[in-house]
Amino acid sequence: MTSSLRVRAGLVSIVLLVAFLGVWHLAVRSTAPVATMSPEYAKLMGLTATQGKSAMPGPLDVGAKLWEHVRRPFYDNGPNDKGLGIQLGYSIARVGAGYLLAVLVAIPLGFLIGMSPLLSKALDPFIQVLKPISPLAWMPLALYTIKDSSISAIFVIFICSIWPMLLNTVFGVASVRKEWINVARTLEVGTIRRAFTVILPAAAPTILTGMRISIGIAWLVIVAAEMLVGGTGIGYFVWNEWNNLSITNVIIAILLIGVVGMLLDQILARFTRMVTFPE
Amino acid sequence: MSTFDNPFDPDRNLRAGCACGQHQSAAEHEQATALRCDPVESEEKRYEGVVASAVMRAMFPQDVARRAFLKSVGASTALAALSQFFPLQTATEVFAQAGAPEKKDLKVGFIPITCATPIIMAAPLGFYAKHGLNVDVVKTAGWAVIRDKTINKEYDAAHMLAPMPLAISLGLGANAIPFAVPAIENINGQGIVLASKHKDKRDPKDWKGMKFAIPFDYSMHNYLLRYYLAEHGIDPDADVQLRSVPPPEMVANLRADNIDGFLAPDNICQRAIYDGVGFMHLLSKEIWDGHPCCSFAASREFITTAPNSFAALTRAIVDATAYASKAENRKQIAEAIAPANYINAPVTVLEQVLTGTYADGLGGVKTDEKRVDFDPFPWQSFAVWMLTQMKRWGQIKGDVDYKAVAEQVYLATDTRKLMTEMGLAPPAGSYKSFAVMGKTFDPAKPEDYLAGFKIRKAS
Repeated sequence: MTSSLRVRAGLVSIVLLVAFLGVWHLAVRSTAPVATMSPEYAKLMGLTATQGKSAMPGPLDVGAKLWEHVRRPFYDNGPNDKGLGIQLGYSIARVGAGYLLAVLVAIPLGFLIGMSPLLSKALDPFIQVLKPISPLAWMPLALYTIKDSSISAIFVIFICSIWPMLLNTVFGVASVRKEWINVARTLEVGTIRRAFTVILPAAAPTILTGMRISIGIAWLVIVAAEMLVGGTGIGYFVWNEWNNLSITNVIIAILLIGVVGMLLDQILARFTRMVTFPE
Repeated sequence: MSTFDNPFDPDRNLRAGCACGQHQSAAEHEQATALRCDPVESEEKRYEGVVASAVMRAMFPQDVARRAFLKSVGASTALAALSQFFPLQTATEVFAQAGAPEKKDLKVGFIPITCATPIIMAAPLGFYAKHGLNVDVVKTAGWAVIRDKTINKEYDAAHMLAPMPLAISLGLGANAIPFAVPAIENINGQGIVLASKHKDKRDPKDWKGMKFAIPFDYSMHNYLLRYYLAEHGIDPDADVQLRSVPPPEMVANLRADNIDGFLAPDNICQRAIYDGVGFMHLLSKEIWDGHPCCSFAASREFITTAPNSFAALTRAIVDATAYASKAENRKQIAEAIAPANYINAPVTVLEQVLTGTYADGLGGVKTDEKRVDFDPFPWQSFAVWMLTQMKRWGQIKGDVDYKAVAEQVYLATDTRKLMTEMGLAPPAGSYKSFAVMGKTFDPAKPEDYLAGFKIRKAS
């Protein structure tokens, strides 16, 4: 039964995809009447103007271009023109660096806050103010004070991915069942040991959920940050192709950003399943 | 093109039009002399020429006397005679070795528009390498970012809008940090593009209520558009809306009908036409023929800590600019700078911009060889004019020491020295008068000029 559901769902997905591609293809067909112009003039104009080609690329254009990129993902033509594989690599490395820093700060800090009601109350206003700030609002400030664009991008990832992890860690630690802590207390377990053997395993699923939300945010932010500072990365690629008004390449980048984001999310989801326990 | 005259050529003189008087137009003359202008076959030969030229100039400071002498004996005889009593060989060697750069690996930032042509082409065409440098040209996302990255020393030097180094040095829109301009990147090379639906609204008096885009507040684009509108009785602050929009978004916004037109750097103008969304209302050269557009800038700190690197960089840029100023090289340049690594635009678009034979968006093909032109000399009077406009539109308040700022930022004296060493003929003065829409600007009287405008914000 389950397998048949899976097959049916897959079929529906494929039908939807085909329908979407079909509508897309029909919607961007050249429909505009072709203006009459002298051949000399037409030579100087683009396809949109001469053949009434739609400014939006169709699925076939995107497919052909995507194949071109996939065939050579790691070429390097100098500082401003690298293959998509290299660009994605830069972005993932930046996200990884900022995210790991955030993990290193958020989880110990969250533990501390979660275990101490005093700290929790004292730090709450700061967290509430800092949490909703848009990542890009940090960018000019970071660029101005850090004076290095690539570290600034990492800093922005750090500052944006820290909050969900911190809050979830606090919540997870604070809501560990009182009975378990009381049992530990009765057995005279020390604070450190209690933290690692009782609280950490109990709070782990919540912490990992926070980490999963954070990686999603980090991946969202990196594209915007790289569009702003330029240089390398998938965000820079989008900006560079936008500069060239090449919507085909922008669509390809969007597709790849989605795929990589999904993979990152799936990795964290797997970790979450690993630490979840039945109650 | 006076800057790139060959002082050794006795046939040249300072007459207007064709330099030798034997051709109908300057273009024809250039065609005929193109062979002689070709780059020399080797570095040694070039240095030899430079040194000989310097000696020649020192011996005959008077142009007329030198020409008369060269005419009477011929250039090669003159050189032979010269080497009898001057160690040309030794002097050439000394010159070639002069000033090894302190820092060879440099980073130069640029914005992907044709204004950056000399900075960009110097990489693929080998001008940086020729002057002993290893330069990475790095594409940058916007003017504010290029400003911050140069201030942060991520870039050693950068492509900037001509007024930007003035603004940074004065602390407008940034902390005041002394910047300097050794070379102007390009002259002319902008245009006013209107959306196709405004085909019949060619008189700016009908433009009230329209929305225009400019790339940056401290830009020639901003000042020229404001000037043009004000000359037609439109107050740019009250009657129309001016928005700062990054160039690529200008074309998209024009297509989406969010703006009515823009004054933008050139390949963006041509791109709008190429994509069939707008037409060229007028080239910026019709507002002010020979106006500066973008500059090559570096911080004072870089210049003092690495003077030889800076000199080599300036030489490479001036050299590339000289190459770009020749019409016959423009096609090759368009191809060199079109790939994704540099401007990332269709070659057809860049070719139309650089060669000046372009589709105007109204169905006609126009030709204007000077649509974009290249002359690196940083006239200090350009800086004075920009300062008057900054004051006119309220960007600077209070008194301005026009001359002091212009001379501090626009390094005309240093550039003149470098150009002379390179065997080029820079102009003798650093101030020149010019006309903007028929109004003559006298750099000696900026305040009077400013007072002459009816529409302005300055009090």
